[in-house]
Amino acid sequence: MKLIFEKHKEGRRGFSYGECDVASPKPLAEKYIRKNQAHLASLSELDVVRHFTNLSRFNYSVDTNFYPLGSCTMKYNPKFCEQITSLEGFSQLHPLLPQLSGGGMLAQGSLEVLYESEKLLCEITGMHAFTMQPMAGAHGELTGVMLIAAYHKNKGGRRKYIIVPDSSHGTNPSSAAIAGYEVIVIPTASDGYMDLVEYKKHLNNETAAVMLTCPDTLGIFNPHIKEIADLAHKVGALMYYDGANLNAMLGKCRPGDIGFDVVHLNLHKTFATPHGGGGPGAGPVGVNEKLIEFLPISRVVRRSDGTFALDYQKQKSIGYIAPFYGNFGVILKAYAYMLVLGKDGLISAAEIAVLNANYCLAKLKKYYDLPFDKTCMHECVFSAARQAKNGVHAIDIAKYLIDQGFHPPTIYFPLIIKEALMIEPTETESKETIDAFIKVMIEIARLAEEDPSAVTNAPLKMPIKRLDEVRAARQPDLSWKP
Amino acid sequence: MSYIPHTQEDIQEMLSAIGAKSIDELFKDIPASLAPKSFNLPASKSEFVVTQILRKLAAKNATGLVNFVGAGFYDHFIPASVDAIAGRSEFYTAYTPYQPECSQGWLQAIYEYQSIICQLTGLDVSNASLYDGGTALFEAMMMAVRATGRNKIILDSGVNLIYRTMLYTYTSNLSVEFVEIPVVHGQSSREELFKHLDDKCAAVILQNPNFFGAVDDHSDIVEKVHKSGALAIASVYPVSLGMLKTPGEMGFDIATGEGQSLGIPLSFGGPYLGFMAVKNELVRQMPGRIVGSTVDSDGKRGFVLTLQTREQHIRRQKATSNICSNEALCALRAAVFVSLLGKDGLKELAQHNYQKAEFAKEELSRIKGVEVKRSSPTFNEFTVLLPRHGDEVVHRMIEKGFACGFPLGRFYKGMDNYLLVAVTEKRTKEEICRLADSLEAVL
Repeated sequence: MKLIFEKHKEGRRGFSYGECDVASPKPLAEKYIRKNQAHLASLSELDVVRHFTNLSRFNYSVDTNFYPLGSCTMKYNPKFCEQITSLEGFSQLHPLLPQLSGGGMLAQGSLEVLYESEKLLCEITGMHAFTMQPMAGAHGELTGVMLIAAYHKNKGGRRKYIIVPDSSHGTNPSSAAIAGYEVIVIPTASDGYMDLVEYKKHLNNETAAVMLTCPDTLGIFNPHIKEIADLAHKVGALMYYDGANLNAMLGKCRPGDIGFDVVHLNLHKTFATPHGGGGPGAGPVGVNEKLIEFLPISRVVRRSDGTFALDYQKQKSIGYIAPFYGNFGVILKAYAYMLVLGKDGLISAAEIAVLNANYCLAKLKKYYDLPFDKTCMHECVFSAARQAKNGVHAIDIAKYLIDQGFHPPTIYFPLIIKEALMIEPTETESKETIDAFIKVMIEIARLAEEDPSAVTNAPLKMPIKRLDEVRAARQPDLSWKP
Repeated sequence: MSYIPHTQEDIQEMLSAIGAKSIDELFKDIPASLAPKSFNLPASKSEFVVTQILRKLAAKNATGLVNFVGAGFYDHFIPASVDAIAGRSEFYTAYTPYQPECSQGWLQAIYEYQSIICQLTGLDVSNASLYDGGTALFEAMMMAVRATGRNKIILDSGVNLIYRTMLYTYTSNLSVEFVEIPVVHGQSSREELFKHLDDKCAAVILQNPNFFGAVDDHSDIVEKVHKSGALAIASVYPVSLGMLKTPGEMGFDIATGEGQSLGIPLSFGGPYLGFMAVKNELVRQMPGRIVGSTVDSDGKRGFVLTLQTREQHIRRQKATSNICSNEALCALRAAVFVSLLGKDGLKELAQHNYQKAEFAKEELSRIKGVEVKRSSPTFNEFTVLLPRHGDEVVHRMIEKGFACGFPLGRFYKGMDNYLLVAVTEKRTKEEICRLADSLEAVL
């Protein structure tokens, strides 16, 4: 499709602000004025609407396709949540209003949403307090690690290391490094769990924290999790919970009860807020009593008269991690979702998510290698190593699935699994949809044996074929030039 | 309601395919000792009931005030077509375009967004967006530290205090040294700034228009910064770029900013849009997703996520940033907004903002005891000295139906009587005159 700039026609207008109702003042001095005009397309409103509407159609999305992208929890995003965020009372509220004298009363509705969301998340995770400020999961991780650093500093020692398993999300070691820690990576043992012997070897009083995903990125609940947490606590280290996989745990197990001290959640995963093509998400962080005093400024508090206010007086707080109170519009959708599901709905979400994943596992394990044959939680991780021997790699399977109308699973992650295919169906997908997906996956396994090129040539039905990614990186063309 | 399509029959069939007797059996790996100590949540409510609850909460927010509060976050008009496009679920229910063949729509839209940011800022390369203006500034600062191998940052105090505070939070465990250059509601102090500029300096961070609304031409500063081997970073307000000299024209290496003013609702502080544009030579130091144009096996143009070896999913602890996602949907809003306006619309928007703010200055300066600060030119925001405490005036003005500005005493010592007033294109002549009348009445 043509770029929007290629549709430019001089003189066309898509929007006008009309006559300005005040007189023209003396212009700014020439030296402050831009000389080179921005090259932007001049288009009619219809040109613009048609352009982007057509672009929207060249995407797979949850609303159009099954999207079993492992670790991303691509569940259905209820429409009424979208409608609520567009209510003017929420969408037009300036974030600085409650910081004006007497302004707190102007934002009582939004402050209540934040306060109540924190309370619900505390109960769901077994934590004592939440900050809703982090604007994405990785941002929550960074916040969490900074809280850990503040905790150790307050105790009088700056510890050096953060431990992560080799199956962790890339954001874990990266967040730890950006917060100033050295990262120690623990391998996965042959049983599929983090190697306990190695773990014990590396754990010492220089360890600031252990960052884990639970269930882990193989979709498995580690039965040694409590022992891992107890060992960490014994040396004074803290336990960090990456909440990417919380969907499997709702009402079944709470990170706080296991002994995790800090958790981050991805509201765009477990709590059904849309992924937006890669954001905005929201990554609230919950803590137990040990860390409450370090939470970012500001905190939403409930006063004795029942009204809500913002508290900026926190001596030991790590400070500001976001300009305001987080991605409020996202938090609002998650709050609405939690209210509609309620206790039983949240438990069912976990149960059916786990049922769907195990169904995929059971139906496909004859056809694909299963590195760790265990009951899975919300996602199952296969390896296409068998198919790769015939030249059909995980990426080829992904492209063939695209031709069949399915968004592929996550591929090549976790990094420890060769040719990984990570399938997370989520609870909102029906048996019929999953059966159709399984049928294609079985067909691919057959083609890998009988006619590999039928898979490796895919996709054939998309507007484009496979792209030259090497060229994209070697000769970067990152913006349109006039 | 939990949006689950399964019938009892489905569940039974699936369990028998798995070889399990019950769903509980699937959770057998969780030891009984780890069962939730409590899960005391409210019962499910209908969509209707929840909508009613939230409508009531929305009504408790007073969005009816005539708004003259800006301070980096502005009340601009959003054309309906921006909402219409961002409301297409083919866009908003997709995820990061990892699979380019079924994500060309998103990838092209982001490529167009990147191109628009380059055009606005006058710089070469933009990423696919970051969380917000503050985190974008932090990322820019870290780029400078990496690129120069130095760790001293000169920070102009005309940079939004919220962002400055965020920089301090993020660097609390890193060895970065800050020097803050004082500003007195005017342009950057060259003299002070140059005193601190030396070969230890990684970057100088400036904002235009600065927090007090003052417009500056930083070209002379940038030139000296480059002579010292440091990078120059600008935090900018994109709407102003319809009129003001761009970071590119002033020679800045990196521009970041808050993109909220480009078609994104105020929404109580988020989600917003951090943007970042840099000179070509810094592209491999850039954080976040980047979309590039390439060709498919038939030579047809297509778009992919590129230069991913900078990123956490490949480089892990050695990545340029821990950032995984971007704010794609907000970037889409910005792309649609700017495309609708085009270059003429963008100029018009900037002109209306400037014009109305100048009119407001005239109106407010007529009030006895009120002094409009005129030491520097401004764009759409300016400072006013009041005869009494800003907090008190703001409080009284709320009762008159105005959010009349941001009291600077909240952020700056010794500025208790100052008010920062923002005037966007949405404020009418009549509202501005009423603001002046009401202010006169409460003083």
